[in-house]
Amino acid sequence: MSDVTARPAGDRALLLELADTNAAIRVARHLRDACPELTEVVPGHRTVLAVWDTRPDADLAALAAGALDEPSSPGPAQTIEIPVTYDGPDLAEVAALTHLSPEEVVVRHARSDYVVAFIGFAPGFAYLVGGDERLHVPRRDEPRERVPAGSVAVAGPYSGIYPREGPGGWRLLGRTTAMLFDPAREPPAVLAPGDRVRLATR
Amino acid sequence: MNALEVLEPGPLTTIQDDGRPGWAHIGVPPSGAVDSGAYARANELVGNPEGAAALEATLIGPTLRALETVTVAVVGARAPDHTRTLRPGDVLETGTTRGARAYIAVRGGIDVEPVLGSRSTDLLTALGPRPLTRGDLLSLGPEPATAAGAPQPDRPPAGPLRVHPGPRDAWFTREALELLQAATWRVTTSANRVGIRLDGPALERARHDELLSEGLIAGALQVPPSGRPILLLNDHPTTGGYPVIGVVANGDLPRAGQLKPGDEVRFALA
Repeated sequence: MSDVTARPAGDRALLLELADTNAAIRVARHLRDACPELTEVVPGHRTVLAVWDTRPDADLAALAAGALDEPSSPGPAQTIEIPVTYDGPDLAEVAALTHLSPEEVVVRHARSDYVVAFIGFAPGFAYLVGGDERLHVPRRDEPRERVPAGSVAVAGPYSGIYPREGPGGWRLLGRTTAMLFDPAREPPAVLAPGDRVRLATR
Repeated sequence: MNALEVLEPGPLTTIQDDGRPGWAHIGVPPSGAVDSGAYARANELVGNPEGAAALEATLIGPTLRALETVTVAVVGARAPDHTRTLRPGDVLETGTTRGARAYIAVRGGIDVEPVLGSRSTDLLTALGPRPLTRGDLLSLGPEPATAAGAPQPDRPPAGPLRVHPGPRDAWFTREALELLQAATWRVTTSANRVGIRLDGPALERARHDELLSEGLIAGALQVPPSGRPILLLNDHPTTGGYPVIGVVANGDLPRAGQLKPGDEVRFALA
């Protein structure tokens, strides 16, 4: 049996705790297909929150374990390339924190292959994992009131891109002109959990 | 065709329907009317189908002028819940609300462009129509086939809000869960459609490591480092890294949505 812990989250949701991000992505994808009664399937870093209006008959933990026991399928994951200009206001600070040169911060950030772990904080805001561990830096002590749309940023184990202007505490390394979220487009968010992301230096 | 003009919007009046579920995995909150029961009654009173967009007023309702003949229902204001027909030029003053929110439904429903399938204003992400401002003109959808319903008395259940422990109750001391039920909590001025910050004793954590971000749901009692819980409402962020000690029963969420600054609230395990 695969490692799944189910924790109740009120009377219309269950939080499934899984071994890692990859398991969460696979379980989320499977539940979305296998259990149409679920109104939301929300992956987290290594959890999946399943929400319903009418409780599904199926045992969600068993469905999740079953999905993990099956051999991994390539699934609908895609690789998305995002052009980035590395001229962020926190580049020097991240260089100082990591004892790297700003140039090396850029090289290490741009050459990594990322995976979208989950989306949260704002519509279309993807938490990218898989980046260079040397670049794991804490958030800023004081969040900015206005982070420009398209800002490419790091915090903890994550990289992320702000789809729209708004407050934020991550450290800004660069920016992209890519439109990551548009509610009028299908699909509205460019990045989905499980997608692979490459950052192309401009 | 414009049917109503906003003479005074009140402190915060938004357009709400039953929200935009199904998009949480891309970071879009559920949104929708916070007191889903009062919203549904208002629509029923004017014969609207479920899910028709109505107005959600906060603390003080809007003043509206009819530009054509319209049927409106007001639920949750100081005045008893009622239905009224307005002729062109008639003015509807909603007045103050009984709880935090009142609903004004108009026969036909408020017609604005849906965003991701919903006409709701989402205050967290600014999706959907912006809150009403003075001079806004509202148009209506097609006349529904159903007749207007009879007003139902509003009998909100009394007593504490029922809470299901978890998903992260184990991150707190045993005393914290007891304290959650024993304490009388006060609604602070930080109370909006995103969530309600409660004041009371600090709920102590048994685990002090950082929780990795996980999915959230309306009704969740999220506990930040201060130990004072935040009760999440419909415009809540879809993921968060503060542990959730318990979740308010779905049936009690409409009541939670009527809590206003200064109110006292108690919790009991479901």
